[in-house]
Amino acid sequence: MQQLFNFFIKNKTFFLFLMLFSIAISLTVQSHQFHRSKLLNSSNHIIAGIYAASNSVSQYFHLVKENQLLLEENSRLKSEQFNRKRDLSFDSIMEKTYRLITGVVYKNSYTQATNYLTLNKGLRDSVKEDYGVITSKGIVGVIDKTSTKYSRVLSILNTNSRINVKLKKTKHFGTLTWDTKSADIVQLKDIQELVKIAVGDSVITSGFSSIFPANVPVGTINSFRLNDTKDLYVIDVKLFNDMTNLEHVYIIKNTDINELENLNEFDE
Amino acid sequence: MNNIIFLNIMRFLGLLFLQVLICSNINFMGYINPHIYLLFILLYPTSNNRLTFIFCSFLIGFIIDVFLDSGGTHAAASVLIAYLRPLFLKFSFGAAYDYQVIKFSNTDFTQRLIYFSSMIAIHHFVLFFLVVFNQNQILLIIKYALYSSAFTLLLCLLFTSLFSNKRV
Repeated sequence: MQQLFNFFIKNKTFFLFLMLFSIAISLTVQSHQFHRSKLLNSSNHIIAGIYAASNSVSQYFHLVKENQLLLEENSRLKSEQFNRKRDLSFDSIMEKTYRLITGVVYKNSYTQATNYLTLNKGLRDSVKEDYGVITSKGIVGVIDKTSTKYSRVLSILNTNSRINVKLKKTKHFGTLTWDTKSADIVQLKDIQELVKIAVGDSVITSGFSSIFPANVPVGTINSFRLNDTKDLYVIDVKLFNDMTNLEHVYIIKNTDINELENLNEFDE
Repeated sequence: MNNIIFLNIMRFLGLLFLQVLICSNINFMGYINPHIYLLFILLYPTSNNRLTFIFCSFLIGFIIDVFLDSGGTHAAASVLIAYLRPLFLKFSFGAAYDYQVIKFSNTDFTQRLIYFSSMIAIHHFVLFFLVVFNQNQILLIIKYALYSSAFTLLLCLLFTSLFSNKRV
């Protein structure tokens, strides 16, 4: 027993190293799996608070660009309003199931394999997990962690991200993933080889999940190739959004989410 | 003695915030970021309690991980080089290290260059290996590690020469 203690005391540096190293490795492994990192992430109260302070300075550098984006969106919405036919179609009643909450991006990353954003809205603003996040141009990601005042978004530039999208022209749907190579190109998979596609075709959200409404723009086809088994396409999609430069975003709240989830539970 | 502890605490906090608020947002050429917080590990006094040193290195890496949502990658890489540091000290400074009297500001530039570059290279290789986490993309890992460590090395050398009048 004495020898055992002596052995531990003699090698205490090594054991401390081993312990801390294995903690770090296990945290790394956890972060590469979906929905695991529990407590310590950037939606944490203190961490997000520091990002908020930093953002209160840095936001001034983006004001011109943000104004430009808002003007563009305003003019688009105005023209939509002026050209709208005067009937309340079934669609516009359906769209009331989605509420938009505006948010500000405090922290954004796009250079790692698993990228996350931190927003300034949390449980207090009735933002919950699995709400979609978009900008005026296209989709950004899905909320995956919330605290009282802040929330964390699983970016579409994250190897764990899986979003259901479809081709605007042919309505065939597939899964949007990311291969970490470029911040403006994502990969659309699971489209059958027999589907006719062309470079420049638009990709939009499918509306199958309760997260995003249908027809939110995603991007255009940049290039495509067949996968290894030659039966499915791997399509490179160029995003409409500039993911490297996000400031104001919209969080989509689906007011029917509970009802939809209850329905799906009956399935299982 | 208290002066040294105070200096290291200030360096810990200063480098931490410099890293998460500025250096991690540089994204030179799309992905090259310097990891300036390594200076804390590089310049930690050599006559130290190794347990405290390893724990502090873990802590700075871990806090940066929490800020950047990167799991435990920085913590793992930092704790590894903190553990291996005596080896590199002996390798770079030779006999001087055996007497435990190294003052980094007084050392020869070549020796310091060897010490910095070997530590930074190991750290970045481990870091990007864990970030990418896929041995099939070894070329990508080497590319990231090489470019980022060159950037980090440059900044570390600039910082040390900039603040060299302070006694470490």
